[in-house]
Amino acid sequence: MVSFLIQRIIGMVITMFFVSIIVFIIMELPPGDYAERWAFRKFSGTGTQITEADINNIRAEYGLDRPAWERYLNWIGGIVTRGDFGEAFAFQTSVNNVIGQKIWLTLAILFSTLIVTYLIAIPVGIYAAVRRRSVADYTLTVFSYLGLALPNFLLALLLLYITVTVFDSSVGGLFSPEYKDAPWSMAKVVDLLKHLIVPAVVLAWSATALQLQTVRATMSDEINKLSVTAARARGISERKLMLKYPARLAINPVAGSIGFDINRIFSELPIVALVLGLPELGELLIRSYLDLDMFVAGAILLLLTFIIVVMNFFSDILLLILDPRIKLEGR
Amino acid sequence: MTTTEITPEANTPAVTARESQEALRYYSATQWQLMWWRFKHHRAALIAASVLVFMAVTGMLSQFVSPYLTNTRDADYQLGPPQRPHFCDENGCSLRPFVYGVTTERDPVTLRPMPVVDTNIRWYIYFFVHGESYNFYRLFETDLHLFGVEEGFIHLFGTDSLSRDLFSRAIYGTRTSLSIGVLGVLIAFVLALIIGGVAGYAGGWLDYGIQRFTEIVRVIPVIPLYMGLAAAFPPEWSSTQVYFAMTLILGLVGWPTLARRIRGQLLSLRHEDYVVAAHLAGAGAARIITRHLLPAFTSYIIVDLVISFPYMVLSETALSFVGLGLRPPAVSWGVLLQDAQNIRTIEQANWLFIPAAFVVVAVLAFTVVGDGARDAADPYQVSGA
Amino acid sequence: MEITTNASINGDILLKVKDLKISFKTDEGVITAVDGVNFFVKRGQTLGLVGESGSGKSVSTWAIMRLLPKTAIIDKDSSIEFLRRDGEIVDITKLKPNGREIRDIRGGEAALIFQEPMSSFSPVYTVGNQIMEAILTHRPVSKKEAQEIAVDLLDRVGIPNPRQRFKQYSFELSGGMRQRAMIAVALSSNPSLLIADEPTTALDVTIQAQVLELMKELQEEFGMAIIFITHNLGVIAQIANEIAVMYLGGIVERGPRREIFHNPKHPYTINLLHAIPRIGKGQGQRLVAIEGQIPSPLDRPPGCRFHTRCQEMIPGRCNVDVPKITQVGNNHTVNCFLYEN
Repeated sequence: MVSFLIQRIIGMVITMFFVSIIVFIIMELPPGDYAERWAFRKFSGTGTQITEADINNIRAEYGLDRPAWERYLNWIGGIVTRGDFGEAFAFQTSVNNVIGQKIWLTLAILFSTLIVTYLIAIPVGIYAAVRRRSVADYTLTVFSYLGLALPNFLLALLLLYITVTVFDSSVGGLFSPEYKDAPWSMAKVVDLLKHLIVPAVVLAWSATALQLQTVRATMSDEINKLSVTAARARGISERKLMLKYPARLAINPVAGSIGFDINRIFSELPIVALVLGLPELGELLIRSYLDLDMFVAGAILLLLTFIIVVMNFFSDILLLILDPRIKLEGR
Repeated sequence: MTTTEITPEANTPAVTARESQEALRYYSATQWQLMWWRFKHHRAALIAASVLVFMAVTGMLSQFVSPYLTNTRDADYQLGPPQRPHFCDENGCSLRPFVYGVTTERDPVTLRPMPVVDTNIRWYIYFFVHGESYNFYRLFETDLHLFGVEEGFIHLFGTDSLSRDLFSRAIYGTRTSLSIGVLGVLIAFVLALIIGGVAGYAGGWLDYGIQRFTEIVRVIPVIPLYMGLAAAFPPEWSSTQVYFAMTLILGLVGWPTLARRIRGQLLSLRHEDYVVAAHLAGAGAARIITRHLLPAFTSYIIVDLVISFPYMVLSETALSFVGLGLRPPAVSWGVLLQDAQNIRTIEQANWLFIPAAFVVVAVLAFTVVGDGARDAADPYQVSGA
Repeated sequence: MEITTNASINGDILLKVKDLKISFKTDEGVITAVDGVNFFVKRGQTLGLVGESGSGKSVSTWAIMRLLPKTAIIDKDSSIEFLRRDGEIVDITKLKPNGREIRDIRGGEAALIFQEPMSSFSPVYTVGNQIMEAILTHRPVSKKEAQEIAVDLLDRVGIPNPRQRFKQYSFELSGGMRQRAMIAVALSSNPSLLIADEPTTALDVTIQAQVLELMKELQEEFGMAIIFITHNLGVIAQIANEIAVMYLGGIVERGPRREIFHNPKHPYTINLLHAIPRIGKGQGQRLVAIEGQIPSPLDRPPGCRFHTRCQEMIPGRCNVDVPKITQVGNNHTVNCFLYEN
């Protein structure tokens, strides 16, 4: 068990190392370099004439004249040793300041989405498998097709449109105007929770559709297992039987795919956040991509991936607890 | 549910019964015939496939099908609602459908010109009309359009804020979005075939390395990754350059899933007796892969391609939607939906949402076809579950 | 001792299956899997049910526990009379599926063990958990007591280190151990009937013999009746008091073990006993046992169900009429025109 954990943690570090290289490449991809963009930002509109020398000064200041591997080491070194993600030129401040508490809002959205997903997918998937060819089962099939075909951001737009035209109120944002800049308080948390429902439902849309299918399929398989018939032959009541045997096993693949779900949610989050006006990392990612503010973009990409990697790790541990068969192989 | 699921014993009889009827035809059929027979029975998949063919044909003939070009402006009809074709009204009926004419009046308050529908004016719809000329895939120059009006303009889906015909733009968008998906899938497929093929056939450390690498790429959330690559497009690039760059990154990011499948299939087939026999007979790696291995799982690959297609289309739409993919003057579903990004705009002009329906229908159709194909790809599986 | 199929259940008989007909709803229509099955089981005795795969052995016996899937239809004229522990006789076919009464019988008075000991245990619970579940369902004992009973049972079925095995998962046990554990589960409530559905088929030959020996011992100890299903006549010879031979969803011959082995009547039984082809048979003589396959229940042959493969088929009779049950010896019946007058 301990050796398994150590092995997985080393694996995580290696994964993050390669991810950081990929992220760094993406940061370096846009044409022109950071200094030119920085100089353009800083001096545009001020009437100052920018000379090649000015740009070179900036290059030297930020070490942009160094070779790529040295810049990479500087960047990743700052992150690992000081937790310093660099400068956000569009905001004229450090990346850490820009990202700041948006991480917590992102995590709040992520976890509320996961909760909504599993709260719907697990019980409904199990029910549909037990009552095959029932209304619930067919509804589920239709819903899972829709979950794939109607992308989250269009669903978000649709919800916005409906709320604005029918209820004359917007579902966007994470805070009501009166709490937006207020310090944290109980009331603000409640307000946040209320505002989390719509993003969570929108983001859970496709993840739920997919997990419903998985749960239903696993459950259908498990129901027909001989071990279930064997337990039935022991005189166990149907309800207890279903919950103790197939339902218990139908949870395993869900637990094993938490990382996959988070990956999916993070993939869809930026655009949904943009549509719903959620002040979190995904929306900031799009803005920094558009501004070519690559230090911010890189930091966010790295953070999102890090969250996925960590959650993958937890998912593995969860599976280890849930499925005794895996333990045996790990020994 | 058949008896097959009850006891192992009840399994055989149900199969043998079918055999007695169609046995000869069934077992002598080629793989493709079997797939087609099974696919035909999947009615939803058949309907979905027809929808896709219709969309593809419309897209290919977009210049002909749409009455106007993508940037033609009807200055008098800015953000105008869709016009409905009529046959009858209080002025009587006509066999030829018509739309009501539009005149411009000034808003009494803002004094801005605004379009007003005049039910006394009829603009009749004609088929195969001559309109704006276009070059049909560099084959010939023509001005023939499927339909149009002789006087005024016809906007079946209304117009956007720049007074452009949304119907025409949606049709052109269909061509762009579908073709980007096709090219993206093709690039991903070629990459997957090479990388997955090498990994699956060679095995060993090469396989290990490729596996770890694809795992790492897959950890990064895919749309943010796409966006990062798309953000790097130089602003001076033309629409065509951006278009091909888009297909390239869709393919570049999309291959790992396919490669994984190909690798898995190859690994399991590699030790089959007939492959070993070919190897012993002195066949080279390339020959074994192309002649012996690929035919064994072509059907599965096709299913995977069909299934990965909607993701390509959705990715393009999502990227263009936020302004990190295709950009105007290119027209795709995602670009069109950019106009619907602003809640104020769609509040006033909800028809700007119409391109979303195209996305949903296309993805839905592809998913259903994919399901049908997946069922069909397994011809000897006993049906009825 | 004259026993006809019409005799109602009496003190000596534990289970009586009469005119059992079971069909399944499928996409291809309704398929009759079992038709006209009649047999009985005496207290403390062993009935061997023999037949090829697909002959309906499992379906008939699973019906006794009402374990067939929802698509199964038991004909309304069928009856399965079971003598309960309190002396009451119930018709199992008339009970509510998964109702209170059938659940009391399942595991409590009739137990079932399966061919694959691997998949009859759930992999996510320990063996002990699943034995205790059976005990707690049917006996008014505390968890602590149930655990003691379970460990004791594991010991009784010959599992070494029962206390440790109790905490293990089924995949940590060997095949033979698993089947022993399954027997322990089955015996946990001291049932009066044990249905063993090919319990030794998936085991090595040596382990097979051990498990058979164990079952015989336990039968003496617990005094339960056993329905032993197998396609292996060698196994049945060791354990059964009576034998019923099934073919294509029906019983073709039934009688005491000695009679079936030394004086088989039905051509199918004779074929089964000579199933191994031998070199040096008369020229042109056909190997009946390997000729043809069991026809599909979808197009079950008219008349005698065996006539398509029978070398003594009487044209115009066997393929037209259905043979009746014919008494050919003491307690020995056969369904064949060769013995009908």
